Amino acid sequence: MALANPTKKRPKYLDLTQIHLPLPGIVSILHRISGLALFLIGIPFLLWVLNCSVASQEGFESWRETFNRPPVKIILIGFIWAYLHHFFAGLRFLALDVHKGISLPAARASSKLVLIVSVASTLLLGGWLW
Amino acid sequence: MVKRVVVGAHYGLRDWLAQRVTAVVMVVYTLIFLGVVVTRSPLGFAQWKALLTHGAMRVLTLLFFLSLFYHAWVGMRDILMDYIRPAGVRLLLEVLIILALAGYAIWTISILWSA
Repeated sequence: MALANPTKKRPKYLDLTQIHLPLPGIVSILHRISGLALFLIGIPFLLWVLNCSVASQEGFESWRETFNRPPVKIILIGFIWAYLHHFFAGLRFLALDVHKGISLPAARASSKLVLIVSVASTLLLGGWLW
Repeated sequence: MVKRVVVGAHYGLRDWLAQRVTAVVMVVYTLIFLGVVVTRSPLGFAQWKALLTHGAMRVLTLLFFLSLFYHAWVGMRDILMDYIRPAGVRLLLEVLIILALAGYAIWTISILWSA
């Protein structure tokens, strides 16, 4: 019985510095954090840029100049990482949904792959944009 | 005997499926978009505008954004359900998110169709 001993003290690690997530857990929480950032900042910013850049030639050129500034590029690359991490971690979740790679070694390996591929593709795209 | 299901609001499966279908739509659009941008770079204003707002691409772009907004709603509601305990605060935040996303959808249509 799962509830045979309900009085048993179970450990609660509410202190964030005490929580040591396994690799799949890190991928999962980064999926959530990147999704939150994309919603709060990414979507309104994307629509703002989209609006200016297709409305007029001047709007397009002024955003092109803004994106040429190195500090802006660094922030942009940060959001590209958020998108790509969310993208690849999402693909991994889709694979898990259809029972692909659900054994522990496979799940760990695919987590590592997601972290590596999202950083590598960010560097590739970031390097191309720079 | 009346057959009744007494538990659940029954949006669980629908949202679970919608989250995945919208994800696949966005994956496909992202690949098309990146493919075009990378192969035709550097893009001028006219090409950029054409890529997003001409013919079939305008419809695909709208489909991408509507998928994004539905996807964001399901994801944000999941986050609220996990971290916000007081029902009143959660409801308020849910309403704000719905209003924001509805506004974004209207804004997107106006951007794509007035360009």
